[in-house]
Amino acid sequence: MMEIELNQKQTNSTPRSAPAMSDIKSTSDNLDSFFKPAIKQDESLHGLSRPSLSYWQDAWIRLKKDKKAISSLFLVSFILAFSLLGPLFWTVDPNEQNLNMISQGPSFGSEAIIANREMLGELIVDENIPEEPLEEILPLAATESLEVLGTANTVGVHLKWQAVPGAYNYTIYRNEMEPTSISELGVPLFTTEYANELSYIDSLQLEAIPYWYSIVATDGVDEAMTYTSIQVTPKLAYSLDQARAISNDYKLGDSISIGAHPFGTDQLGRDVMARLMTGGRISFFIGFFAPLLYILFGTLYGGIAGFVGGRVDGWMMRFSDFVVALPFLLFMILSYIAFGAGPGESGIVPMMATMVALLWPATARLVRGQVLQLREEGFTQAAQLLGASSWYILLRHMIPNTIGVILVTLTFAIPSAIFTEAFLSFIGMGVAPPNASWGVMSNEGIATMLNTPHELIFPAIFISLTVLSFNLLGDGLRDALDARMRSRE
Amino acid sequence: MKKYIFSRVVQGILTVFFIATATFFAMHLVPGDPLMDAKAMTPEIRANLEAKYGLDQPVLVQYSTFMKNMLLGDFGISFTQKNRSVNDIISEHFPVSAVLGVLAILYAALGGILWGALTAKYRNKWPDHVIMVLVILGISVPNFVVAAVSQWATVNLNELAGTSILPVAGWGEFSNMILPAMALGLSTMAYLTRLMRNSMLDVGNSDYIRTAKAKGLKASRIFVQHELRNSVLPLITILGPAIAAITTGGFVVEKIFAIPGLGRYFVQAVQQLDYTVIMGLTVFYGAFLVFMVIAVDVIYGLIDPRIRLAK
Repeated sequence: MMEIELNQKQTNSTPRSAPAMSDIKSTSDNLDSFFKPAIKQDESLHGLSRPSLSYWQDAWIRLKKDKKAISSLFLVSFILAFSLLGPLFWTVDPNEQNLNMISQGPSFGSEAIIANREMLGELIVDENIPEEPLEEILPLAATESLEVLGTANTVGVHLKWQAVPGAYNYTIYRNEMEPTSISELGVPLFTTEYANELSYIDSLQLEAIPYWYSIVATDGVDEAMTYTSIQVTPKLAYSLDQARAISNDYKLGDSISIGAHPFGTDQLGRDVMARLMTGGRISFFIGFFAPLLYILFGTLYGGIAGFVGGRVDGWMMRFSDFVVALPFLLFMILSYIAFGAGPGESGIVPMMATMVALLWPATARLVRGQVLQLREEGFTQAAQLLGASSWYILLRHMIPNTIGVILVTLTFAIPSAIFTEAFLSFIGMGVAPPNASWGVMSNEGIATMLNTPHELIFPAIFISLTVLSFNLLGDGLRDALDARMRSRE
Repeated sequence: MKKYIFSRVVQGILTVFFIATATFFAMHLVPGDPLMDAKAMTPEIRANLEAKYGLDQPVLVQYSTFMKNMLLGDFGISFTQKNRSVNDIISEHFPVSAVLGVLAILYAALGGILWGALTAKYRNKWPDHVIMVLVILGISVPNFVVAAVSQWATVNLNELAGTSILPVAGWGEFSNMILPAMALGLSTMAYLTRLMRNSMLDVGNSDYIRTAKAKGLKASRIFVQHELRNSVLPLITILGPAIAAITTGGFVVEKIFAIPGLGRYFVQAVQQLDYTVIMGLTVFYGAFLVFMVIAVDVIYGLIDPRIRLAK
């Protein structure tokens, strides 16, 4: 501000003294006053008050002020680090299936017991009790005790109860909720044949979740109206063979610690976190390289069209209009087939090829517009007048002035490429299972969404967060890099 | 204007021609015989099909036959679905997709205009901030996630209520259409909201609004008569891309909600490599999308005289 005021003073002083000149001419003794040396002004007033900033320094300062953009930058870096560096720390094999651990929710480590059927013991038949009751006692009471024998695990749960006088046999029920009345006992598992059978081993598709077992005595025809319940949470069980696969030292009854699954496991028992990491690598690979390639091509194409101009420009733009009109998904499908990728095969190459072949025109159009505009700018024309070569103008003026716009386009292109990858993998034309990508994982997660929502939710969150933060970062970069936005403040 | 329409239509026809050609040669690049994997194929049917498409003839002859059939509107017979012509598949399933798409666009347009106007009206106040956060979410969350999560939420809602408030899958009743249309239109609605907001702010700064205020018009009248009407106009430009987005989005939403639309058949055909269906549907979709975009551009030129002058 200081400089401008000074300049104004100086320019104002000239016309004011001009009319005075004619008056003074006649009086020659006053003439010398015009040729006095100027009073030396303080140099510091002319100097710049702040150090000059380069374009990028200035942009960085602006970006830093944008809280949304900076937090997005952190989030993107975090997800990127998670995918790229994560597997160094989280060494679980993403493709290792564990059918004992199907669709488990998130957990931070648990213990399993090595068990087999024999460990649960023999069914108890009390020889002191007759097979049929000798006298009729009505109404039947509930059993006085219901207990678990040994360690309940997912191989089986051994229940034992005390005989009820007068009972002919017993029915065992299982429920995943706590029963509050006799109508809520759940699935009838088994009815004993005789009154002296006092235990039962349940091994019907057990999982490591809480169950409520109830037992009801029957009088031979009807069930009693009373029941006894017990809550049992079976421990996860490994068979001896499975445990031996990990280490040969294990024996029956040992505890074995199972790795944590912070994001749970999927329907084949694979670790979701490890799959998110490798999936992220694929998503980011496509998300970075496809846009990089087509934006590079679009920049070259648009730059040449704008710089050469004339009829060449017209034809080149006509062609890009034609490419814009081609429906992306259809060509994606065509190239998927043309590359010979059969159903269920990975389509990363056709996907990248289609993106590069079809998505460049938007960038080309943008860069061409910029170049056309820059050609008319004063500084370009001045350079031309001074005899600068085309290459010099291109390198010195065109590229530095368009790089900001191109960078912003790239930032917006990344999320849309990640989006496209997810979409294509979802409809079965991108990355194919067993390889992981966030789209594939979401697709697989949808099948089991109602029972185990975490299989869908985690990949969905990763896709959404990545796309979201790239979008916000792009907004921030546009504000920071766009010269027009700057003048508006 | 006439010249413009003419050149656009010619360009559109060229594009569709190119799509058909690319489709044909893409199919021929595939190693193997297109009839190889087909089930339920007796030697007679095979011979008939080979004769019909001239599969024993040179590629160029096949190409001209293919183009001739396309021009006559004959897309051929499905390889995997016995005795079903592609024309049947289109005429049976396209209306379903069309109804869903139109509903989604209506929902997106109404929502976008409403939310966009609201954000512009309450600029930099809390409704603006809340809606713009939702908008950025709507843009960032993939449509299959939106569809799946809304389905999951509705299942839980139905369970809580004890009755079926909204069906979560299937097709037929209007109530079947609500959830998929909303899931399908969400991202378009988010884009429209953002566009509408910018457009409202631009219009709000224009001279004619100042004039209207200066001559003492009521605020409600200015809003409805001048601001809203002029702001809605630019939204038509996004209609072309929106139709494309909703068409491709339909592939996913139809799959998740078990809707017998054309998109689902297309994806299924691709997964089963049903060549005639892929070729037919690709050309059909290509022509549909290309001419929809042209129609939108032409309509926009007709509606907004400023564009017409610029052309």
